[in-house]
Amino acid sequence: MSTSANQIEVIANQEYKYGFVTDIEQETVPPGLNEDVIRLISAKKQEPEWLTEWRLNAYRHWLKMKDPKWATVEYPPIDFQSIVYYSAPKMKEGPKSLADVDPKLLETYEKLGIPLRERELLSGVAVDAVFDSISVATTFKDKLAKLGIIFGSFSEAVQEHPELVRKYLGSVVPATDNFYAGLNSAVFSDGSFCYVPKGVRCPMELSTYFRINAKSTGQFERTLIIADEGSHVSYLEGCTAPMRDENQLHAAVVELVAHDNAQIKYSTIQNWYPGDKNGKGGIYNFVTKRGKCLGVNSKISWTQVETGSAITWKYPSCILQGDNSVGEFYSVALTNNRQQADTGTKMIHIGKNTRSTIISKGISAGHGKNTYRGMVKILKGAEGARNYSQCDSLLIGDQCSAHTFPYLEVKNSAAQVEHEATTSKIGEDQIFYCQQRGLSTEDAVSMIVNGFARQVIKELPMEFAVEAQKLLGVSLEGSVG
Amino acid sequence: MLTIKNLHASAAGREILRGIDLEIKAGEVHAIMGPNGSGKSTLAQVLAGRDLYTVTAGKVLYDGNDLLAMKPEERARAGIFLAFQYPVEIPGVSNLYFLRSAVNSIRKARGLEELDAFDFLQVSDGKMKLLGMDPSFRERPVNAGFSGGEKKRNEIFQMAMLEPRLAILDETDSGLDIDALKTVADGVNAMRSPDRAILVVTHYQRLLNYIVPDFVHVLANGRIVKSGRKELALELEEKGYVGLETTVAY
Repeated sequence: MSTSANQIEVIANQEYKYGFVTDIEQETVPPGLNEDVIRLISAKKQEPEWLTEWRLNAYRHWLKMKDPKWATVEYPPIDFQSIVYYSAPKMKEGPKSLADVDPKLLETYEKLGIPLRERELLSGVAVDAVFDSISVATTFKDKLAKLGIIFGSFSEAVQEHPELVRKYLGSVVPATDNFYAGLNSAVFSDGSFCYVPKGVRCPMELSTYFRINAKSTGQFERTLIIADEGSHVSYLEGCTAPMRDENQLHAAVVELVAHDNAQIKYSTIQNWYPGDKNGKGGIYNFVTKRGKCLGVNSKISWTQVETGSAITWKYPSCILQGDNSVGEFYSVALTNNRQQADTGTKMIHIGKNTRSTIISKGISAGHGKNTYRGMVKILKGAEGARNYSQCDSLLIGDQCSAHTFPYLEVKNSAAQVEHEATTSKIGEDQIFYCQQRGLSTEDAVSMIVNGFARQVIKELPMEFAVEAQKLLGVSLEGSVG
Repeated sequence: MLTIKNLHASAAGREILRGIDLEIKAGEVHAIMGPNGSGKSTLAQVLAGRDLYTVTAGKVLYDGNDLLAMKPEERARAGIFLAFQYPVEIPGVSNLYFLRSAVNSIRKARGLEELDAFDFLQVSDGKMKLLGMDPSFRERPVNAGFSGGEKKRNEIFQMAMLEPRLAILDETDSGLDIDALKTVADGVNAMRSPDRAILVVTHYQRLLNYIVPDFVHVLANGRIVKSGRKELALELEEKGYVGLETTVAY
């Protein structure tokens, strides 16, 4: 093998730097799942009875469902009885303020580069931090509350705004939607909740940082964002987990609702532990994300940078119900070593003159396997609907693979649908060309990859675009210039 | 500046360079001519550090240092520039970003301050004008969708920005019409200086009407079979390579 190919391999084998474990006293229920465990979770969270019933119904339906097999990913059967469904750091009773948060937890987030101490926060980003099963801190709550924006943990919202939760929970992703959404509906522990009232533009980025810490624990968070008429909100989630030999399950559900003239921008930087280079350990990231453009002229935009997880299975989607509503999906998925990703989107056009854009960039290195799976569905009444899809794949080395499965279902003859796809390879000639201009192999690979992903990265809020570029760099090599 | 001694190189087990000796001093322009398959491009690539080729014998000294021990990017930072025969496309990366990263990595290696975006634009404006290039070139992805002529012009633009000490032009004339050839030659001539050496690799004499060399070497079957002044190029134009090839003993 030639030197530059060798160097790429060395660079590609960089270690995961968020793999540490926080030693903290945890309250954990025994592994396994049955109605008692669900009642226990619900009781721990002092939930109203309707919610306990909602969970139990979801569980009963889930028992009749089967683990989906259609994705282009391979993994041994998951033993759902060996998973711990609730684990939380022990915390003091009483109202949560940052002063009450265990210093060890604050330290953990500091180490991850997520400062929770507000005085140190300069970036103007409000953060909700979720550690295993519960939310441990939310910053800038009071400031947001003055504008009528509700932002905090899902559990708090259940206590403080039960009417909103009850109205919207499951309205976009029903408990019966799919296997993992069903499981989540039964056992979801915490997550973020956000409501932006009529006409309010949220003045800062809202962000949730998810951290899996405990062993053998699944994380099942639930996020619900509602943008009322004419409101705007931009939301970002980030994720990391310690390095562990066993696979851990992360089955989240995210629901977005945009009313008339409202806009939601949802960005994800997913960096769960991907497993070691032989494919041992890593997170199974089986997530259902869906937004509903309920009102006229509403807009939901998904941007994701997926670099972590052993297996990623997620399709952030838009239901374009309101006339003139807009759905967007921008995705970069990077698989290295033995990582597998099967990701894409669904754009369901129901309203008139609805528009959607899909830009998907898959990067495969090592033995990585990368699949784009997307559906564009245009219903009969969606007069004047338009879609543009572009799926590009970049291969690094010759052991990886890229697959594209676009599904189109057009029931309205006046609709316009366009699809473009390309596959390319980082060539040794490209790397040599960069080297000949004075760039190191690392910088060359990073430049080529970032060039490839640029259309997506530029959709991220600025603070995170830099982060994402670095992450693409770190996932393949040492550093990005 | 550059001393090549008994250089042998092979690719995929086949020997291509069979003992090259060449001395290039600062301020000189050398032309290497020869028929297809004589090893011209191999020599250019070996000097730049392409790992498709294995050096099996000989040595190359650049400013007294062992060039063959240096990585390709170290050679570039030390001032060696190769204008590619087939410039490579890098989609999604703008010419501007690419070249600014290149200029700054080289400046950094030389202990110079990095150019900020503003300075870079200013410096590049002038050089683009000289080469008759539209400023929109900077915004376009590196070589992607460029015509053959645009690619070659872009190579010379990069050379002008990187200000190498030793510039190697590999078949820069191929695929250029006469007007483009003149523009490119003007760009190269503007860079002739007492501190800089230029090595022009070409199949045809045509380019040497515009970039007039101090020395001409004829390469055949991996060896330099004849060296002379610029008149040698004209002689070759007249007689062709045929006679020279037969003089090489195997």
